[in-house]
Amino acid sequence: MPKLTPPVNKDDHIQGSPNARITLVEYGDFQCPNCGMAYPIIKNIQAEFGKILRFVFRHFPLTNAHPMALPAAIASEAAARQRRFWDMHDMIFEQQPALNSYALISFAMELGLNITQFKMDLQDKLLDEIVESHFESGVRSGVNGTPSFYINGYKYNGGNDHDSLYMAIEENMQPA
Amino acid sequence: MLTRNDSAPDFELHATPDQKFALHEIKGKNVILAFYPADWSPVCGDQMSLYNEMLKYFKKYNAELLGISVDSKWCHMAYMQNRNLHFSLLADFHPRGEVAKKYGVYNEKEGQCERALFVIDGNGIIQWSYLSPVAINPGADGIIEALENIANKNKKTEYAEVNATGQ
Repeated sequence: MPKLTPPVNKDDHIQGSPNARITLVEYGDFQCPNCGMAYPIIKNIQAEFGKILRFVFRHFPLTNAHPMALPAAIASEAAARQRRFWDMHDMIFEQQPALNSYALISFAMELGLNITQFKMDLQDKLLDEIVESHFESGVRSGVNGTPSFYINGYKYNGGNDHDSLYMAIEENMQPA
Repeated sequence: MLTRNDSAPDFELHATPDQKFALHEIKGKNVILAFYPADWSPVCGDQMSLYNEMLKYFKKYNAELLGISVDSKWCHMAYMQNRNLHFSLLADFHPRGEVAKKYGVYNEKEGQCERALFVIDGNGIIQWSYLSPVAINPGADGIIEALENIANKNKKTEYAEVNATGQ
């Protein structure tokens, strides 16, 4: 079974406690309709498991299929520089059908980000490198489509619906 | 199915409606042969669309990616344009599945290729192969690992040669 490479570390975008028993990682693409559908499901799963679960998002933009995937990923990293990664992540998925270059700026405004800084960061090649490094880690981790999920470091191959994910997470909570 | 240390059978297939491609043409390069059942899987989980995004990692290892299915050259052309693919898809169309049969990955019952991967080194020797369940896209972690192993082996051979000649 493909293994998450590298494991979750301090450079990751993490929601939840470091002591959580379950770590759920998503490799996602902001313009991918399946990722858009998974978004509210993950929100539910997070609410249901509470402190037991932490959630990590890594970028896996399919740039040939989804022209806005990379700009959106970079916008989320620019928001991360203002400590607002998750707000931008949520906003992009919630307004996925409206995604275009202008929308990314208006999302930033809506979030009350420092726009001058945000626009400067969008041009920063270091942000491309971050997205790139996520993608490369996905290739090594055996990502085979978006979204791809990892539960406690191992690839999850079940369906992306709520019940399948929920049950797979529960199984991982049983003592080994 | 052919496996590690088998030599890779040569073949010639259409890569475009008016162009044929033969395996021996790229001898010296590493080759990734990706047999797959059919064009037109949904995009977010489509194996060929996925590999399309990973071409630069394959290039880093001096590797050429070739997709093979029994779809016709015209079908491949439409699919490549639709998905914006930047590598060759070969049509194992006539006689149907002939190349897949040589590699032992033709599904007679379904009349299509299995989902199978081969990594072939510059000398035309298979260094890794993998048969995936048809419904599961295997990703590229196995391919990258195989290419890394080839690169390490080549390095070791080079060191041994240098040491042998005492340079």
